[in-house]
Amino acid sequence: MTRKQKKTLLRILLAAGLLVLVWVLEPDTAWLLPDWLSWLPLAPAAVSQNGAVARYAPGWLTGAAYLIPYAVIGWDVAWRAIRNIKDGQVFDENFLMAVATVGAFGCGEYREGVAVMLFYQVGELFQSVAVSRSRQSIAQLMDIRPDYANVERDGTLVQVDPEEVAVGDIIVIKPGERVPLDGTVTEGTSALDTAALTGESLPRDVEPGQEVVSGCVNLTGVLRVTVSRPYEESTVAKILDLVENSAAKKAKAEHFITKFARYYTPTVVFAALALAVLPPVCKLADDALGLGLLPSLGPGEWMMWVHRALIFLVVSCPCALVISIPLSFFGGIGGASRQGILVKGGNYLEALAQVGIVVFDKTGTLTRGQFAVTQVHPQGMTEEELLTLAALAEQWSNHPIARSIRSAAPENLDWERAAGAEEEAGHGIKAVVDGCSVWVGNDKLMEQAGADWERNPGQEGTVVHVALEGRYAGWIQVSDREKEEAAQAIRELKQAGVRRTVMLTGDIPAVGEALGRKLGLDEIHAGLLPQDKVTWVERLLEEKKPEERLAFVGDGINDAPVLSRADIGVAMGAMGSDAAIEAADVVLMDDDLTKLSAAVRIARKTLAIVRQNIVFALGVKFLVLALSAVGLANMWMAVFADVGVSVIAILNASRMLGKIR
Amino acid sequence: MKKTFRMIDLDCANCAAKMEQAIGKLEGVTAVNISFMTQKMTLEADDERFDEIVAQAVKACKKVEPDCQVVVK
Repeated sequence: MTRKQKKTLLRILLAAGLLVLVWVLEPDTAWLLPDWLSWLPLAPAAVSQNGAVARYAPGWLTGAAYLIPYAVIGWDVAWRAIRNIKDGQVFDENFLMAVATVGAFGCGEYREGVAVMLFYQVGELFQSVAVSRSRQSIAQLMDIRPDYANVERDGTLVQVDPEEVAVGDIIVIKPGERVPLDGTVTEGTSALDTAALTGESLPRDVEPGQEVVSGCVNLTGVLRVTVSRPYEESTVAKILDLVENSAAKKAKAEHFITKFARYYTPTVVFAALALAVLPPVCKLADDALGLGLLPSLGPGEWMMWVHRALIFLVVSCPCALVISIPLSFFGGIGGASRQGILVKGGNYLEALAQVGIVVFDKTGTLTRGQFAVTQVHPQGMTEEELLTLAALAEQWSNHPIARSIRSAAPENLDWERAAGAEEEAGHGIKAVVDGCSVWVGNDKLMEQAGADWERNPGQEGTVVHVALEGRYAGWIQVSDREKEEAAQAIRELKQAGVRRTVMLTGDIPAVGEALGRKLGLDEIHAGLLPQDKVTWVERLLEEKKPEERLAFVGDGINDAPVLSRADIGVAMGAMGSDAAIEAADVVLMDDDLTKLSAAVRIARKTLAIVRQNIVFALGVKFLVLALSAVGLANMWMAVFADVGVSVIAILNASRMLGKIR
Repeated sequence: MKKTFRMIDLDCANCAAKMEQAIGKLEGVTAVNISFMTQKMTLEADDERFDEIVAQAVKACKKVEPDCQVVVK
């Protein structure tokens, strides 16, 4: 608790004590007093034992006694109300509470007046504590800011602020420390805990030459790292900036609530005024004109209407809504970021909850983006021999396919066995291995070699044929493998309510379709050029239902136009990639596709809580308004409808801070 | 120019909305955002008159919630 909150708590306790004290002194409760205090009560005659003439203390004395606790608890509210009216802020909550409580005093309901103010303050205190709690727990989620960096200067280690470290400096990261800046490891090996960034609990091993990302925690060994970017451009600074600014992009629900609050309060205040004045005046007019349409104004009826109007005022504060809705969104964004899902604003969280169509890029999103040998079909030799031949022939090539064949070949090959490689552009390679001619490539090359090759054998990738001395030796299929979790992620999206899943790829149709079917996608559009992807997304945007949103998921590297065209652009595997963080609306820090369905689930839960809060708060408020208009509600209900509802709404919103899986 | 300010004792979400509205109406302000959750104000305004606009914005905040302080560094 802050000092201000402690002070309020003290005032609440003091005022509560005083209120009870004064209450006890009132006539109908004075019998609680011991005999020796019997001179104290405000209306001693009222409890006189023989039922002698009741002699009440004057009303103003009771009122004055209640003013003491009222002043203790409510002076600041009254003071702020006056000051704000002077500044032209008429309908603020201070004013409403002041008028309602002073009005209650005017009606002779001293006890209610003090109690309403007391409960209002209790509620405010509770709100303040709850909000600062959730603010803190969100701040903890984002506690990835490094405090210092160990820089090597003149042979000694100095602890400095990460912002003071220059590019090219060598920093030392000891076990248990946070990586302060992005850089490349020059010395040492270790495991890094990336959980704060990616939500991934499995540590990542690093060794010299590899990049480390700021915000991770070094677990096992000492690392020496050459800094590659200044702090302001480091991953950690970017993420913090992004999350902190996410509150700036407000969701529609937030806009609705601020707009609503702007009209709600004045409307209720004028309704209260009308309620206090109109019924009695109508009755008076009716009497004066002798129409007899209405029952005549009874004694004390003015008071009754004023009292009902006061209840209106207490209920008219919109704070429950105005606090709980941004709190829910903020909690949702915070909870998501803990799992390595960065959402750039409440509006995107809202859109994510309504997502009906998800469009995937293939390479790097549904697949790993790395080619690997998936099938080997030798003819007249073993698989190993076929791979060896191909690897030896392709040893000088830097093409991804050649590289994947090399990594699939047996280790410790004698690379000297091959010589005289000749590249046939676009077709393959001719080389001499162990003195025999070897052709490695596509159909055209086989034709050249004069081999009788198998036509179109593979379906899911690029096929490389091999011929030895003009005889067909078999084929190797190289393809980009799908991510292990891809099929599960798509299933989860469907469960979360996504209607249509679409894959767009530049790959040949046979390859794309085989993968799409395997993963359970609804639609596959293959053979697309980059600009075709934009056209497709635009077509899908036209086809979607009005309340639906379309998300595009890509690796963020060369799909920026599509990312920005979609309602929600999601970039994956963004750790360390600035372009992706920049271009997308939702950023998945690692490669895990199931994070996408997690993001949708978090978004839906957030929106559900927002909706609950709006319906609940407005429902209770309107109910109490209606009841008080017909005289069925009292001040206590009104106080509940104000602060009680706020507190419940805040507690509901803070559920977002828990972990959602 | 765009700058972010910390706000101390911004106690009520409705006040934040009101401040935002008031500052948004100031001349030279292109965009303003007050986040009740992060207790921060992001102000985007004309470069030449930035300091003056900040002063006006602080005044506008004081008007809505006198107890709230804007930390101007």
